[in-house]
Amino acid sequence: MTSDYERVISPEQVRHVARLARLALGDEEVGLYAQQLSAILEHVDAVRRLDTADVPPTAHPFPVYNVLRDDTVGPSLEASTVLSQAPAVEDGRFRVPKIIGEAP
Amino acid sequence: MSAKRVLDVRSVSDIAAAVRSGEQSALSVLESALERVAALEGDLHCFNVVTADEATAAAIEIDRLVASGVDPGPLAGVPVALKDNLCTNGIETTCSSKILQGWRPPYDATVVSRLKNAGAVPIGKTNLDEFAMGSSTENSAFGPTLNPWDTTRVPGGSSGGSAAAVASGMAPLAFGSDTGGSIRQPAALCGIVGVKPTYGLVSRYGLIAFASSLDQIGPFAVSVADAALALEVIAGHDPMDSTSLDQGAPGLVSVLGQGVAGLRVGIVDDFLSDVSPECARAVTDAGEVLAAAGASVDHVVIPELMLGLPAYYVIAPAEASSNLSRYDGVRYGMRIDGPDVETMNARTRGEGFGPEVKRRIMMGTYALSAGYYDAYYGQAQKARTLVIRAFEAAYANHDVLLTPTTPQVAFPFGSKIDDPIEMYMCDLCSIPSSLAGHPALSVPFALSDEGLPIGVQVLAPALGEAVMMRVGASLEAAVDAGVRGPVTP
Repeated sequence: MTSDYERVISPEQVRHVARLARLALGDEEVGLYAQQLSAILEHVDAVRRLDTADVPPTAHPFPVYNVLRDDTVGPSLEASTVLSQAPAVEDGRFRVPKIIGEAP
Repeated sequence: MSAKRVLDVRSVSDIAAAVRSGEQSALSVLESALERVAALEGDLHCFNVVTADEATAAAIEIDRLVASGVDPGPLAGVPVALKDNLCTNGIETTCSSKILQGWRPPYDATVVSRLKNAGAVPIGKTNLDEFAMGSSTENSAFGPTLNPWDTTRVPGGSSGGSAAAVASGMAPLAFGSDTGGSIRQPAALCGIVGVKPTYGLVSRYGLIAFASSLDQIGPFAVSVADAALALEVIAGHDPMDSTSLDQGAPGLVSVLGQGVAGLRVGIVDDFLSDVSPECARAVTDAGEVLAAAGASVDHVVIPELMLGLPAYYVIAPAEASSNLSRYDGVRYGMRIDGPDVETMNARTRGEGFGPEVKRRIMMGTYALSAGYYDAYYGQAQKARTLVIRAFEAAYANHDVLLTPTTPQVAFPFGSKIDDPIEMYMCDLCSIPSSLAGHPALSVPFALSDEGLPIGVQVLAPALGEAVMMRVGASLEAAVDAGVRGPVTP
Protein backbone atom coordinates (compact mmCIF):
# COMPACT_ATOMS: atom_id res chain seq x y z
CA MET A 1 0.00 0.00 0.00
CA THR A 2 1.39 3.39 -0.96
CA SER A 3 0.03 6.85 -0.35
CA ASP A 4 -0.49 7.48 -4.06
CA TYR A 5 -2.66 4.38 -4.30
CA GLU A 6 -4.94 4.48 -7.26
CA ARG A 7 -8.35 5.67 -6.20
CA VAL A 8 -9.81 7.02 -9.39
CA ILE A 9 -11.31 4.45 -11.70
CA SER A 10 -10.90 5.08 -15.42
CA PRO A 11 -13.44 4.14 -18.08
CA GLU A 12 -10.96 1.48 -19.25
CA GLN A 13 -10.95 -0.09 -15.78
CA VAL A 14 -14.73 -0.01 -15.72
CA ARG A 15 -14.77 -1.91 -19.02
CA HIS A 16 -12.28 -4.43 -17.63
CA VAL A 17 -14.31 -5.02 -14.46
CA ALA A 18 -17.53 -5.21 -16.49
CA ARG A 19 -15.96 -7.93 -18.62
CA LEU A 20 -14.94 -9.86 -15.49
CA ALA A 21 -18.49 -9.47 -14.14
CA ARG A 22 -20.14 -10.40 -17.46
CA LEU A 23 -22.03 -7.13 -17.70
CA ALA A 24 -22.64 -5.52 -21.09
CA LEU A 25 -22.56 -1.76 -20.43
CA GLY A 26 -23.36 1.17 -22.69
CA ASP A 27 -20.87 4.04 -23.07
CA GLU A 28 -23.03 6.27 -20.88
CA GLU A 29 -23.07 3.65 -18.12
CA VAL A 30 -19.29 3.27 -18.33
CA GLY A 31 -18.83 7.00 -17.76
CA LEU A 32 -21.31 7.10 -14.90
CA TYR A 33 -19.85 4.06 -13.14
CA ALA A 34 -16.31 5.40 -13.51
CA GLN A 35 -17.38 8.47 -11.62
CA GLN A 36 -19.58 6.71 -9.04
CA LEU A 37 -17.16 3.86 -8.29
CA SER A 38 -14.40 6.42 -7.76
CA ALA A 39 -16.62 8.20 -5.24
CA ILE A 40 -17.40 4.93 -3.46
CA LEU A 41 -13.71 3.99 -3.31
CA GLU A 42 -12.96 7.40 -1.86
CA HIS A 43 -15.61 6.74 0.78
CA VAL A 44 -14.27 3.32 1.74
CA ASP A 45 -10.69 4.55 1.80
CA ALA A 46 -10.80 4.64 5.63
CA VAL A 47 -10.79 0.86 5.50
CA ARG A 48 -7.89 0.66 3.08
CA ARG A 49 -5.76 2.98 5.23
CA LEU A 50 -6.48 1.15 8.48
CA ASP A 51 -3.50 -0.22 10.40
CA THR A 52 -4.38 -3.90 10.67
CA ALA A 53 -0.95 -5.40 11.33
CA ASP A 54 -2.11 -7.88 13.99
CA VAL A 55 -5.78 -8.14 13.12
CA PRO A 56 -7.11 -11.38 11.66
CA PRO A 57 -9.81 -11.14 8.97
CA THR A 58 -13.43 -12.11 9.67
CA ALA A 59 -15.19 -13.83 6.77
CA HIS A 60 -18.17 -14.90 8.81
CA PRO A 61 -19.72 -13.70 12.09
CA PHE A 62 -19.49 -17.10 13.77
CA PRO A 63 -17.21 -20.10 13.26
CA VAL A 64 -18.38 -22.11 10.26
CA TYR A 65 -18.11 -25.86 10.35
CA ASN A 66 -18.42 -28.38 7.60
CA VAL A 67 -21.90 -29.84 8.01
CA LEU A 68 -22.35 -33.48 7.09
CA ARG A 69 -25.56 -35.41 6.84
CA ASP A 70 -26.27 -39.12 6.59
CA ASP A 71 -25.80 -40.48 3.09
CA THR A 72 -29.38 -41.54 2.57
CA VAL A 73 -31.65 -41.36 -0.44
CA GLY A 74 -34.28 -38.64 -0.24
CA PRO A 75 -36.67 -36.87 -2.58
CA SER A 76 -35.29 -34.29 -4.99
CA LEU A 77 -36.81 -32.00 -7.59
CA GLU A 78 -38.07 -33.49 -10.85
CA ALA A 79 -35.88 -32.53 -13.82
CA SER A 80 -38.97 -31.37 -15.70
CA THR A 81 -39.89 -29.02 -12.84
CA VAL A 82 -36.44 -27.45 -12.88
CA LEU A 83 -36.23 -27.24 -16.67
CA SER A 84 -39.67 -25.62 -16.86
CA GLN A 85 -38.11 -22.40 -15.51
CA ALA A 86 -35.22 -22.25 -17.98
CA PRO A 87 -35.17 -19.80 -20.91
CA ALA A 88 -34.19 -22.54 -23.40
CA VAL A 89 -34.29 -26.32 -23.13
CA GLU A 90 -33.51 -29.16 -25.52
CA ASP A 91 -33.69 -32.93 -24.94
CA GLY A 92 -34.05 -32.59 -21.17
CA ARG A 93 -31.09 -30.23 -20.87
CA PHE A 94 -30.42 -26.49 -20.62
CA ARG A 95 -29.72 -25.12 -24.08
CA VAL A 96 -27.01 -22.42 -24.42
CA PRO A 97 -25.21 -20.74 -27.32
CA LYS A 98 -21.88 -22.08 -28.50
CA ILE A 99 -19.29 -22.22 -25.69
CA ILE A 100 -16.28 -23.71 -27.48
CA GLY A 101 -14.98 -21.98 -30.58
CA GLU A 102 -13.15 -18.80 -31.53
CA ALA A 103 -12.90 -16.09 -28.84
CA PRO A 104 -15.51 -13.31 -29.06
CA MET B 1 -51.26 14.17 3.44
CA SER B 2 -51.66 14.01 7.19
CA ALA B 3 -51.91 10.38 8.22
CA LYS B 4 -54.64 9.26 10.51
CA ARG B 5 -54.42 6.38 12.88
CA VAL B 6 -56.26 3.13 12.30
CA LEU B 7 -58.27 2.42 15.41
CA ASP B 8 -59.34 -1.20 15.09
CA VAL B 9 -55.96 -2.87 15.16
CA ARG B 10 -55.91 -6.31 16.76
CA SER B 11 -52.84 -8.12 18.00
CA VAL B 12 -51.60 -11.18 16.16
CA SER B 13 -52.22 -13.37 19.21
CA ASP B 14 -55.83 -12.09 19.44
CA ILE B 15 -56.46 -12.90 15.77
CA ALA B 16 -54.98 -16.39 16.16
CA ALA B 17 -56.92 -16.99 19.38
CA ALA B 18 -60.20 -16.02 17.70
CA VAL B 19 -59.51 -18.35 14.77
CA ARG B 20 -58.32 -21.25 16.95
CA SER B 21 -61.41 -21.05 19.13
CA GLY B 22 -63.73 -20.90 16.12
CA GLU B 23 -65.02 -17.49 17.23
CA GLN B 24 -63.94 -16.02 13.88
CA SER B 25 -63.17 -17.81 10.62
CA ALA B 26 -59.78 -17.52 8.99
CA LEU B 27 -61.69 -16.72 5.81
CA SER B 28 -63.32 -13.62 7.31
CA VAL B 29 -59.95 -12.46 8.70
CA LEU B 30 -58.49 -12.89 5.23
CA GLU B 31 -61.38 -11.08 3.55
CA SER B 32 -60.86 -8.01 5.75
CA ALA B 33 -57.16 -8.02 4.91
CA LEU B 34 -57.82 -8.35 1.18
CA GLU B 35 -60.39 -5.51 1.35
CA ARG B 36 -57.77 -3.31 2.95
CA VAL B 37 -55.26 -4.30 0.26
CA ALA B 38 -57.80 -3.56 -2.47
CA ALA B 39 -58.53 -0.14 -0.97
CA LEU B 40 -54.91 0.98 -0.52
CA GLU B 41 -52.68 -0.96 -2.88
CA GLY B 42 -53.29 1.47 -5.75
CA ASP B 43 -51.96 4.31 -3.58
CA LEU B 44 -49.06 2.51 -1.95
CA HIS B 45 -47.79 -0.30 -4.24
CA CYS B 46 -46.71 -2.60 -1.43
CA PHE B 47 -47.06 -5.81 -3.45
CA ASN B 48 -45.54 -7.31 -6.58
CA VAL B 49 -48.29 -9.91 -6.50
CA VAL B 50 -51.32 -10.50 -4.27
CA THR B 51 -52.08 -14.23 -4.04
CA ALA B 52 -55.76 -14.00 -3.18
CA ASP B 53 -56.71 -17.42 -4.58
CA GLU B 54 -53.96 -19.34 -2.77
CA ALA B 55 -54.70 -17.37 0.42
CA THR B 56 -58.40 -18.17 0.19
CA ALA B 57 -57.66 -21.88 -0.21
CA ALA B 58 -55.29 -21.76 2.77
CA ALA B 59 -57.85 -19.95 4.95
CA ILE B 60 -60.56 -22.46 4.06
CA GLU B 61 -58.20 -25.28 5.01
CA ILE B 62 -57.48 -23.65 8.37
CA ASP B 63 -61.19 -23.31 9.07
CA ARG B 64 -61.63 -26.97 8.16
CA LEU B 65 -58.89 -27.95 10.63
CA VAL B 66 -60.52 -25.90 13.39
CA ALA B 67 -63.93 -27.45 12.62
CA SER B 68 -62.40 -30.93 12.85
CA GLY B 69 -60.75 -30.20 16.18
CA VAL B 70 -57.18 -29.78 14.94
CA ASP B 71 -55.19 -26.75 16.13
CA PRO B 72 -53.73 -24.98 13.07
CA GLY B 73 -50.99 -23.40 15.20
CA PRO B 74 -49.94 -20.17 16.93
CA LEU B 75 -50.50 -18.01 13.82
CA ALA B 76 -53.84 -19.59 12.89
CA GLY B 77 -55.49 -17.50 10.20
CA VAL B 78 -53.03 -14.59 10.50
CA PRO B 79 -52.49 -12.92 7.11
CA VAL B 80 -48.80 -12.41 6.38
CA ALA B 81 -46.96 -10.54 3.62
CA LEU B 82 -43.68 -11.96 2.30
CA LYS B 83 -40.81 -10.01 0.80
CA ASP B 84 -40.42 -11.00 -2.83
CA ASN B 85 -36.96 -12.47 -2.27
CA LEU B 86 -38.39 -15.37 -0.23
CA CYS B 87 -39.02 -18.40 -2.42
CA THR B 88 -42.65 -19.49 -2.63
CA ASN B 89 -43.47 -22.76 -4.34
CA GLY B 90 -45.12 -22.09 -7.71
CA ILE B 91 -45.62 -18.38 -6.98
CA GLU B 92 -43.63 -15.82 -8.92
CA THR B 93 -40.56 -14.62 -7.00
CA THR B 94 -38.75 -11.73 -8.64
CA CYS B 95 -36.52 -9.84 -6.15
CA SER B 96 -38.14 -6.85 -7.93
CA SER B 97 -35.73 -7.51 -10.79
CA LYS B 98 -36.38 -7.86 -14.49
CA ILE B 99 -33.86 -10.70 -14.58
CA LEU B 100 -36.11 -12.95 -12.45
CA GLN B 101 -39.47 -11.76 -13.73
CA GLY B 102 -41.76 -14.74 -14.23
CA TRP B 103 -39.64 -17.16 -12.20
CA ARG B 104 -41.68 -19.62 -10.15
CA PRO B 105 -39.53 -21.36 -7.53
CA PRO B 106 -40.05 -25.13 -7.22
CA TYR B 107 -39.93 -24.99 -3.39
CA ASP B 108 -40.83 -22.87 -0.34
CA ALA B 109 -38.22 -21.11 1.79
CA THR B 110 -37.97 -22.68 5.25
CA VAL B 111 -39.45 -19.52 6.75
CA VAL B 112 -42.44 -19.80 4.43
CA SER B 113 -42.96 -23.48 5.36
CA ARG B 114 -42.74 -22.69 9.06
CA LEU B 115 -45.26 -19.87 8.75
CA LYS B 116 -47.70 -22.10 6.86
CA ASN B 117 -47.20 -24.90 9.42
CA ALA B 118 -48.05 -22.39 12.16
CA GLY B 119 -51.35 -21.54 10.43
CA ALA B 120 -50.34 -18.23 8.84
CA VAL B 121 -51.94 -17.26 5.52
CA PRO B 122 -49.53 -15.67 2.99
CA ILE B 123 -51.36 -12.95 1.04
CA GLY B 124 -48.68 -11.81 -1.37
CA LYS B 125 -45.13 -10.94 -2.25
CA THR B 126 -43.93 -7.47 -1.31
CA ASN B 127 -41.89 -4.96 -3.25
CA LEU B 128 -38.23 -4.32 -2.49
CA ASP B 129 -35.17 -2.58 -3.82
CA GLU B 130 -33.90 -4.90 -6.54
CA PHE B 131 -32.12 -7.87 -4.92
CA ALA B 132 -32.49 -6.06 -1.56
CA MET B 133 -29.96 -3.40 -2.55
CA GLY B 134 -31.17 0.00 -1.46
CA SER B 135 -32.82 2.02 1.27
CA SER B 136 -35.92 3.43 -0.43
CA THR B 137 -37.51 0.83 -2.80
CA GLU B 138 -36.69 3.28 -5.60
CA ASN B 139 -34.42 0.57 -7.03
CA SER B 140 -37.36 -1.77 -7.69
CA ALA B 141 -37.74 -2.59 -11.39
CA PHE B 142 -41.50 -2.37 -10.86
CA GLY B 143 -41.75 1.11 -9.32
CA PRO B 144 -41.41 2.27 -5.72
CA THR B 145 -43.57 1.64 -2.67
CA LEU B 146 -45.00 4.76 -1.00
CA ASN B 147 -44.82 5.55 2.71
CA PRO B 148 -48.32 5.41 4.23
CA TRP B 149 -47.46 8.25 6.64
CA ASP B 150 -46.71 10.59 3.72
CA THR B 151 -46.96 9.31 0.18
CA THR B 152 -44.46 11.89 -1.10
CA ARG B 153 -41.80 10.04 0.90
CA VAL B 154 -40.02 6.71 0.69
CA PRO B 155 -40.95 3.83 3.01
CA GLY B 156 -37.28 2.94 3.42
CA GLY B 157 -35.74 -0.21 2.08
CA SER B 158 -34.92 -2.60 0.99
CA SER B 159 -37.96 -4.31 2.60
CA GLY B 160 -40.14 -1.24 1.97
CA GLY B 161 -43.16 -3.17 0.67
CA SER B 162 -43.32 -5.36 3.77
CA ALA B 163 -42.93 -2.37 6.09
CA ALA B 164 -45.60 -0.31 4.30
CA ALA B 165 -48.00 -3.28 4.20
CA VAL B 166 -47.91 -3.55 8.00
CA ALA B 167 -47.81 0.22 8.53
CA SER B 168 -50.97 0.64 6.44
CA GLY B 169 -52.85 -2.22 8.12
CA MET B 170 -52.92 -4.47 5.06
CA ALA B 171 -51.33 -7.31 7.05
CA PRO B 172 -50.67 -7.60 10.78
CA LEU B 173 -47.34 -9.32 10.07
CA ALA B 174 -44.81 -9.19 7.29
CA PHE B 175 -41.38 -10.68 6.72
CA GLY B 176 -38.28 -9.24 5.16
CA SER B 177 -34.54 -9.71 4.98
CA ASP B 178 -31.90 -7.51 6.57
CA THR B 179 -28.32 -7.41 5.27
CA GLY B 180 -27.23 -3.99 6.53
CA GLY B 181 -30.51 -2.55 7.83
CA SER B 182 -33.16 -3.62 5.30
CA ILE B 183 -35.68 -4.55 8.01
CA ARG B 184 -34.85 -2.00 10.69
CA GLN B 185 -34.59 1.11 8.50
CA PRO B 186 -37.99 0.71 6.75
CA ALA B 187 -39.57 -0.29 10.08
CA ALA B 188 -38.30 2.97 11.58
CA LEU B 189 -39.42 5.07 8.61
CA CYS B 190 -42.89 3.46 8.67
CA GLY B 191 -43.45 3.61 12.45
CA ILE B 192 -43.51 -0.12 13.14
CA VAL B 193 -41.39 -2.75 14.87
CA GLY B 194 -38.68 -4.55 12.88
CA VAL B 195 -36.30 -7.26 14.10
CA LYS B 196 -33.04 -8.51 12.63
CA PRO B 197 -32.30 -11.73 14.51
CA THR B 198 -28.89 -13.12 15.41
CA TYR B 199 -27.16 -14.43 12.27
CA GLY B 200 -28.00 -18.12 11.94
CA LEU B 201 -31.05 -18.06 14.23
CA VAL B 202 -33.45 -18.05 11.26
CA SER B 203 -32.81 -20.33 8.29
CA ARG B 204 -31.77 -18.63 5.05
CA TYR B 205 -32.86 -21.63 2.94
CA GLY B 206 -34.98 -20.19 0.15
CA LEU B 207 -33.94 -16.58 0.82
CA ILE B 208 -32.42 -15.40 -2.46
CA ALA B 209 -28.86 -14.57 -1.48
CA PHE B 210 -27.45 -11.03 -1.49
CA ALA B 211 -24.51 -11.15 0.98
CA SER B 212 -24.47 -14.57 2.60
CA SER B 213 -22.41 -13.73 5.69
CA LEU B 214 -24.84 -10.91 6.57
CA ASP B 215 -28.35 -11.80 5.32
CA GLN B 216 -30.99 -12.61 7.95
CA ILE B 217 -34.78 -12.91 7.76
CA GLY B 218 -36.94 -11.20 10.35
CA PRO B 219 -40.45 -9.94 11.12
CA PHE B 220 -42.28 -6.61 10.84
CA ALA B 221 -45.16 -6.02 13.24
CA VAL B 222 -47.17 -3.28 14.90
CA SER B 223 -46.03 -4.30 18.38
CA VAL B 224 -43.02 -5.91 20.05
CA ALA B 225 -45.24 -8.76 21.27
CA ASP B 226 -46.42 -9.55 17.73
CA ALA B 227 -42.85 -9.48 16.45
CA ALA B 228 -41.73 -11.74 19.31
CA LEU B 229 -44.42 -14.31 18.49
CA ALA B 230 -43.50 -14.22 14.79
CA LEU B 231 -39.80 -14.70 15.57
CA GLU B 232 -40.56 -17.69 17.81
CA VAL B 233 -42.33 -19.31 14.86
CA ILE B 234 -39.60 -18.82 12.25
CA ALA B 235 -36.47 -19.32 14.43
CA GLY B 236 -34.62 -22.53 15.11
CA HIS B 237 -32.18 -24.91 13.49
CA ASP B 238 -32.66 -25.99 9.88
CA PRO B 239 -30.52 -28.72 8.29
CA MET B 240 -31.08 -27.08 4.89
CA ASP B 241 -28.92 -24.06 5.89
CA SER B 242 -25.32 -24.95 6.76
CA THR B 243 -24.95 -21.65 8.66
CA SER B 244 -28.03 -22.31 10.79
CA LEU B 245 -27.11 -22.25 14.48
CA ASP B 246 -27.69 -25.36 16.55
CA GLN B 247 -30.33 -23.55 18.60
CA GLY B 248 -34.01 -23.99 19.22
CA ALA B 249 -36.41 -21.09 18.93
CA PRO B 250 -35.96 -18.69 21.87
CA GLY B 251 -38.81 -18.05 24.33
CA LEU B 252 -39.61 -14.40 23.76
CA VAL B 253 -43.28 -13.67 24.35
CA SER B 254 -43.13 -15.02 27.89
CA VAL B 255 -40.33 -12.64 28.96
CA LEU B 256 -41.67 -9.37 27.58
CA GLY B 257 -43.34 -8.37 30.83
CA GLN B 258 -40.22 -8.80 32.94
CA GLY B 259 -39.23 -5.14 32.75
CA VAL B 260 -35.74 -3.68 32.65
CA ALA B 261 -34.87 -3.24 36.33
CA GLY B 262 -31.19 -3.94 36.86
CA LEU B 263 -30.31 -4.08 33.16
CA ARG B 264 -27.18 -2.22 32.07
CA VAL B 265 -27.96 0.01 29.09
CA GLY B 266 -25.36 1.91 27.09
CA ILE B 267 -26.23 4.84 24.84
CA VAL B 268 -23.77 4.79 21.94
CA ASP B 269 -22.62 8.39 21.64
CA ASP B 270 -20.74 7.99 18.37
CA PHE B 271 -23.76 8.21 16.10
CA LEU B 272 -25.60 11.01 17.88
CA SER B 273 -23.75 13.85 16.17
CA ASP B 274 -24.22 12.25 12.74
CA VAL B 275 -28.01 12.01 12.87
CA SER B 276 -30.77 14.59 12.92
CA PRO B 277 -31.34 16.27 16.32
CA GLU B 278 -34.77 14.63 16.50
CA CYS B 279 -33.37 11.14 15.96
CA ALA B 280 -30.62 11.77 18.52
CA ARG B 281 -33.09 13.14 21.05
CA ALA B 282 -35.27 10.01 20.73
CA VAL B 283 -32.30 7.91 21.86
CA THR B 284 -31.51 10.01 24.93
CA ASP B 285 -35.24 10.12 25.78
CA ALA B 286 -35.35 6.33 25.47
CA GLY B 287 -32.41 6.14 27.89
CA GLU B 288 -34.37 8.24 30.40
CA VAL B 289 -37.41 5.97 30.04
CA LEU B 290 -35.29 2.91 30.80
CA ALA B 291 -33.52 4.63 33.71
CA ALA B 292 -36.90 5.55 35.19
CA ALA B 293 -37.91 1.88 34.86
CA GLY B 294 -34.91 0.80 36.92
CA ALA B 295 -32.17 0.19 34.35
CA SER B 296 -28.71 1.65 34.86
CA VAL B 297 -28.01 3.81 31.86
CA ASP B 298 -24.67 5.26 30.83
CA HIS B 299 -23.01 6.60 27.68
CA VAL B 300 -20.42 4.66 25.72
CA VAL B 301 -18.06 5.71 22.96
CA ILE B 302 -17.20 3.01 20.38
CA PRO B 303 -15.25 4.76 17.60
CA GLU B 304 -14.67 1.46 15.74
CA LEU B 305 -18.36 1.36 14.84
CA MET B 306 -17.70 4.13 12.35
CA LEU B 307 -15.64 1.62 10.35
CA GLY B 308 -18.83 -0.34 9.80
CA LEU B 309 -20.20 1.59 6.85
CA PRO B 310 -17.04 1.60 4.70
CA ALA B 311 -16.27 -2.05 5.58
CA TYR B 312 -19.81 -3.08 4.68
CA TYR B 313 -19.72 -1.32 1.32
CA VAL B 314 -16.75 -3.49 0.39
CA ILE B 315 -17.86 -6.79 1.94
CA ALA B 316 -21.52 -6.77 0.89
CA PRO B 317 -20.83 -5.91 -2.79
CA ALA B 318 -18.02 -8.48 -2.86
CA GLU B 319 -20.34 -11.22 -1.65
CA ALA B 320 -23.10 -9.97 -3.95
CA SER B 321 -20.85 -10.05 -7.01
CA SER B 322 -20.25 -13.72 -6.30
CA ASN B 323 -23.86 -14.62 -5.38
CA LEU B 324 -25.37 -12.84 -8.38
CA SER B 325 -23.10 -14.60 -10.86
CA ARG B 326 -25.78 -17.32 -10.99
CA TYR B 327 -28.04 -15.03 -13.07
CA ASP B 328 -26.48 -15.94 -16.37
CA GLY B 329 -29.47 -16.58 -18.61
CA VAL B 330 -29.06 -20.36 -18.47
CA ARG B 331 -31.15 -22.01 -15.76
CA TYR B 332 -33.86 -19.48 -14.89
CA GLY B 333 -35.00 -15.94 -15.50
CA MET B 334 -34.54 -13.88 -18.65
CA ARG B 335 -32.09 -14.36 -21.47
CA ILE B 336 -30.91 -11.95 -24.16
CA ASP B 337 -29.40 -14.11 -26.86
CA GLY B 338 -25.98 -13.68 -28.37
CA PRO B 339 -23.70 -15.51 -30.79
CA ASP B 340 -21.70 -17.15 -27.98
CA VAL B 341 -22.28 -17.89 -24.34
CA GLU B 342 -20.23 -15.04 -22.91
CA THR B 343 -22.03 -12.46 -25.01
CA MET B 344 -25.35 -14.01 -24.02
CA ASN B 345 -24.38 -13.86 -20.32
CA ALA B 346 -23.23 -10.24 -20.54
CA ARG B 347 -26.23 -9.01 -22.55
CA THR B 348 -28.66 -10.80 -20.23
CA ARG B 349 -27.06 -9.31 -17.14
CA GLY B 350 -26.55 -5.86 -18.64
CA GLU B 351 -30.22 -5.71 -19.60
CA GLY B 352 -31.68 -7.66 -16.67
CA PHE B 353 -30.04 -5.88 -13.72
CA GLY B 354 -30.87 -2.31 -12.71
CA PRO B 355 -28.34 0.46 -12.03
CA GLU B 356 -27.74 -0.14 -8.30
CA VAL B 357 -27.30 -3.90 -8.71
CA LYS B 358 -24.84 -3.35 -11.53
CA ARG B 359 -23.02 -0.75 -9.45
CA ARG B 360 -22.61 -3.18 -6.56
CA ILE B 361 -21.57 -6.07 -8.78
CA MET B 362 -18.93 -3.78 -10.32
CA MET B 363 -17.76 -2.57 -6.90
CA GLY B 364 -17.57 -6.13 -5.57
CA THR B 365 -15.81 -7.47 -8.64
CA TYR B 366 -13.28 -4.65 -8.41
CA ALA B 367 -12.68 -5.26 -4.68
CA LEU B 368 -12.06 -8.95 -5.33
CA SER B 369 -9.96 -8.51 -8.48
CA ALA B 370 -6.24 -9.18 -8.76
CA GLY B 371 -4.21 -6.34 -7.25
CA TYR B 372 -7.04 -4.90 -5.17
CA TYR B 373 -8.17 -7.88 -3.09
CA ASP B 374 -5.88 -7.23 -0.10
CA ALA B 375 -6.30 -3.47 -0.17
CA TYR B 376 -10.10 -3.57 -0.13
CA TYR B 377 -11.68 -6.93 0.65
CA GLY B 378 -8.91 -8.14 2.94
CA GLN B 379 -8.80 -4.84 4.82
CA ALA B 380 -12.60 -4.73 5.14
CA GLN B 381 -12.59 -8.21 6.68
CA LYS B 382 -10.06 -6.99 9.24
CA ALA B 383 -12.15 -3.89 9.93
CA ARG B 384 -15.03 -6.31 10.55
CA THR B 385 -12.91 -7.98 13.24
CA LEU B 386 -12.28 -4.58 14.86
CA VAL B 387 -16.02 -3.85 14.94
CA ILE B 388 -16.71 -7.24 16.55
CA ARG B 389 -13.98 -6.73 19.17
CA ALA B 390 -15.30 -3.26 20.00
CA PHE B 391 -18.78 -4.68 20.57
CA GLU B 392 -17.32 -7.42 22.79
CA ALA B 393 -15.67 -4.77 24.95
CA ALA B 394 -18.90 -2.77 25.20
CA TYR B 395 -20.96 -5.84 26.09
CA ALA B 396 -18.51 -6.78 28.85
CA ASN B 397 -20.39 -4.29 31.00
CA HIS B 398 -23.67 -3.69 29.15
CA ASP B 399 -26.67 -5.89 28.44
CA VAL B 400 -27.95 -3.78 25.55
CA LEU B 401 -26.90 -0.71 23.59
CA LEU B 402 -29.14 2.05 22.25
CA THR B 403 -28.61 3.94 19.00
CA PRO B 404 -30.80 5.73 16.48
CA THR B 405 -32.11 3.30 13.86
CA THR B 406 -31.70 5.83 11.06
CA PRO B 407 -29.92 9.15 10.63
CA GLN B 408 -33.17 10.87 9.65
CA VAL B 409 -36.90 10.36 9.10
CA ALA B 410 -38.47 9.24 5.81
CA PHE B 411 -37.07 11.35 2.97
CA PRO B 412 -38.80 12.56 -0.23
CA PHE B 413 -38.65 10.47 -3.39
CA GLY B 414 -35.74 11.40 -5.62
CA SER B 415 -33.73 13.13 -2.92
CA LYS B 416 -30.94 10.53 -2.66
CA ILE B 417 -31.35 8.19 -5.62
CA ASP B 418 -28.73 9.93 -7.78
CA ASP B 419 -26.07 9.91 -5.08
CA PRO B 420 -25.11 6.36 -3.99
CA ILE B 421 -23.07 7.54 -1.01
CA GLU B 422 -25.98 9.59 0.36
CA MET B 423 -28.21 6.53 0.09
CA TYR B 424 -25.59 4.30 1.73
CA MET B 425 -25.46 6.68 4.72
CA CYS B 426 -29.00 5.52 5.62
CA ASP B 427 -27.38 2.34 6.98
CA LEU B 428 -24.84 4.08 9.22
CA CYS B 429 -26.35 2.93 12.53
CA SER B 430 -27.69 -0.45 11.44
CA ILE B 431 -24.60 -1.91 9.74
CA PRO B 432 -22.25 -2.56 12.71
CA SER B 433 -24.49 -5.18 14.33
CA SER B 434 -24.95 -6.85 10.92
CA LEU B 435 -21.17 -7.21 10.58
CA ALA B 436 -21.04 -8.74 14.06
CA GLY B 437 -23.99 -11.07 13.43
CA HIS B 438 -25.78 -9.61 16.45
CA PRO B 439 -29.53 -9.15 16.85
CA ALA B 440 -31.09 -5.69 16.59
CA LEU B 441 -34.55 -4.24 17.03
CA SER B 442 -36.11 -1.01 15.82
CA VAL B 443 -39.03 0.19 17.90
CA PRO B 444 -41.16 3.26 17.07
CA PHE B 445 -40.51 5.83 19.75
CA ALA B 446 -41.40 9.37 18.65
CA LEU B 447 -42.75 11.56 15.88
CA SER B 448 -40.78 14.34 14.22
CA ASP B 449 -42.06 17.92 14.06
CA GLU B 450 -43.45 16.99 10.64
CA GLY B 451 -45.35 14.06 12.14
CA LEU B 452 -43.09 11.34 10.74
CA PRO B 453 -42.07 8.29 12.76
CA ILE B 454 -38.69 7.97 14.49
CA GLY B 455 -37.28 4.61 15.57
CA VAL B 456 -34.87 3.75 18.35
CA GLN B 457 -32.55 0.79 17.84
CA VAL B 458 -31.86 -1.72 20.62
CA LEU B 459 -28.71 -3.82 20.11
CA ALA B 460 -27.75 -6.96 22.02
CA PRO B 461 -24.95 -9.52 21.80
CA ALA B 462 -25.41 -12.77 19.86
CA LEU B 463 -28.55 -14.66 20.93
CA GLY B 464 -29.54 -11.76 23.18
CA GLU B 465 -33.02 -11.58 21.63
CA ALA B 466 -34.87 -12.07 24.91
CA VAL B 467 -33.32 -9.13 26.73
CA MET B 468 -33.47 -7.01 23.55
CA MET B 469 -37.21 -7.64 23.15
CA ARG B 470 -37.82 -6.89 26.85
CA VAL B 471 -36.16 -3.52 26.45
CA GLY B 472 -38.22 -2.92 23.31
CA ALA B 473 -41.44 -3.75 25.15
CA SER B 474 -40.55 -1.29 27.92
CA LEU B 475 -39.85 1.48 25.41
CA GLU B 476 -43.09 0.73 23.57
CA ALA B 477 -45.10 0.83 26.80
CA ALA B 478 -43.73 4.25 27.65
CA VAL B 479 -44.82 6.11 24.53
CA ASP B 480 -48.13 7.22 23.06
CA ALA B 481 -49.68 4.78 20.58
CA GLY B 482 -49.82 7.63 18.04
CA VAL B 483 -46.10 7.21 17.29
CA ARG B 484 -46.72 3.91 15.54
CA GLY B 485 -48.79 2.47 12.72
CA PRO B 486 -50.92 1.30 11.24
CA VAL B 487 -52.18 4.45 9.57
CA THR B 488 -54.43 5.21 6.65
CA PRO B 489 -52.64 7.32 4.06
